[in-house]
Amino acid sequence: MAAGTLVDMTRIDKKPMNSGAGVAAGTAVSVRGLVKHFGDTKALDGVDLDVREGTVLGVLGPNGAGKTTLVRCLSTLLVPDSGSATVAGFDVVKQPRQLRRTIGLTGQYASVDEKLSGRENLYMIGRLLDLSRKDARSRADELLERFSLTDAAKRPAMTYSGGMRRRLDLAASMIGHPAVLYLDEPTTGLDPRTRNEVWDEVRRMVAEGATVLLTTQYMEEAEQLASELTVIDHGKVIANGGVNELKAKVGGRTLQIRPTDPDQLGAMARAVTEAGLDAHFLYGHSAGTQVIPDEGVLNVPILSDEQLTAVVGLLGARGYGIAHIGTHLPSLDEVFLAITGQKTGAAQDTHRETEEVAA
Amino acid sequence: MSTTTTVEAPAQQTPSRPRRTTGSDDVRIGMRANLRHIGALARRNMLQIKADPESMFDAVLMPIIFILLFVYVFGGAMFGSGNQEAYVNYLVPGLMAMMGLNIAMAVGTGVNDDFKKGVMDRFRTMPIARSSVLIAKMVVEVGRMLVATTILLIMGFILGLSISTSVWGLLAAVGLSLAFGASLMWIFILLGLTMKTAQAVQGVAMLVLMPLQFGSSIFAKPTTMPGWLQSFTDYNPLSNLADAARGLMTGGPVAHSALMTLAWSVGITLVMAPLAVAKFRKRT
Repeated sequence: MAAGTLVDMTRIDKKPMNSGAGVAAGTAVSVRGLVKHFGDTKALDGVDLDVREGTVLGVLGPNGAGKTTLVRCLSTLLVPDSGSATVAGFDVVKQPRQLRRTIGLTGQYASVDEKLSGRENLYMIGRLLDLSRKDARSRADELLERFSLTDAAKRPAMTYSGGMRRRLDLAASMIGHPAVLYLDEPTTGLDPRTRNEVWDEVRRMVAEGATVLLTTQYMEEAEQLASELTVIDHGKVIANGGVNELKAKVGGRTLQIRPTDPDQLGAMARAVTEAGLDAHFLYGHSAGTQVIPDEGVLNVPILSDEQLTAVVGLLGARGYGIAHIGTHLPSLDEVFLAITGQKTGAAQDTHRETEEVAA
Repeated sequence: MSTTTTVEAPAQQTPSRPRRTTGSDDVRIGMRANLRHIGALARRNMLQIKADPESMFDAVLMPIIFILLFVYVFGGAMFGSGNQEAYVNYLVPGLMAMMGLNIAMAVGTGVNDDFKKGVMDRFRTMPIARSSVLIAKMVVEVGRMLVATTILLIMGFILGLSISTSVWGLLAAVGLSLAFGASLMWIFILLGLTMKTAQAVQGVAMLVLMPLQFGSSIFAKPTTMPGWLQSFTDYNPLSNLADAARGLMTGGPVAHSALMTLAWSVGITLVMAPLAVAKFRKRT
């Protein structure tokens, strides 16, 4: 990741654009009781959230949870039915014009003109943001360079790959040095490599001081980028807090034990199960001790420190040799499932955090 | 109503309210900035045409096909065979009105397509007047109309059109038809913004277009029509425009029809433009 190698000084210079606008210190986005109906459907049902300046707030939720409606309200594309929201101190309903000067939006669908080249798109947006012709040109070139689009600068955007389009979109959102950036499912439909590119760019923007409101349905994405999370479902906030806070809140961990002799895995699992020391229900799923022969480990779901001590004590007393012990907090997928009680079918255990315990 | 759970950093508990004394949306967009925005957006529309030259086909081919068709299919029937040239003088001013109507209709379908694209969301989240997007589109479309009219006139001259007034009369006729065409665009923009699909826009537009075009003095003299139809053609603004253009190009009374055309143009714009801009603002 090349983050920070090409720090954009202009952005840093212009950052205190919102000074004097009356933001409660450190809060870039503040939403209170936001409600939006579409006919009989309540897309937003009283949403409260805050994004601290210079941080990424991940807004997590399944399809139809109200994430996009939230972003559209916060970017003046929709007028909320009730509630209030301020961005960089400006009210979304009463001060839309000033607000628009402080935000950048990258949606799920690329919001660039497909028929125009990358450079023409960026130049046009520069001109719409009142840059002089010369400044608009140089800013366009600067951003093309930064987003590795210089070679494709003259090609129509419709010939771009999905990842290039998304990068062009991000570049377009950056032209006006926005204080607050909304990224609405920025990697939906991208392959893993392109997704990583987008993530790198987002990290870089944040490193340079941008505040980001990121909506996603991917736990991994939230975990990678966001410092704090708001989980919404059916238009309501159902949980919020730091990533680890949320994980801890759900309760339960997985205790992973690596025996010195892999042949004893089965016997150890039986011992734990027969003694009834493992939890039978975790993160909204039924659970139980599992043997993972390929990794040579035993996974024991536990709900408390006492359980951990008891399991280790039992195995020690029976004379099994233990080479390594670790506990894993649930993945965000598991957290999400536990909170919403809804099956997303996306539960993957790929990105667990490991807390090392005594070996 | 709060659905927030308790895991919230203490610093976030204070709701922030803007402390601005004015409280109002006091950043107006100046005239110069507005013109710059319209320029940048019109440039976008021009570049779109450049990227897709086929989109000019209608403006280039329509006048050629229409004038040939009408002159050679109906000309003989109306002015006697061999007298097609006489019909050219009658038809061309009317066709100018028709070009305007057809291109204005295409704006409706174009707007409907264009506004489904993500780039519109970007425009609407930018600090520009929302009308500038629509006005830029109109500026370029009036340009297309001018191209179509020029081609029509060239074809007309080839087929025997003669201007019996003056160049100024011709220019005034062109100006009048462009002004009326531009006002029609607001109707079709509104239609394009209101209806769900471009096909639906086209369908409704055709339904309105056909009777308006043919129930007018564009193609035939209303004196040859039955009384009930005559009274319709008399109030049809396309008749006014065709009559005014005819008077300005080939002589005859102008004042009443020209004034009526201008009144229609101004009236349509005054009613439709604010509706279209409001619709654009609200469209989600």
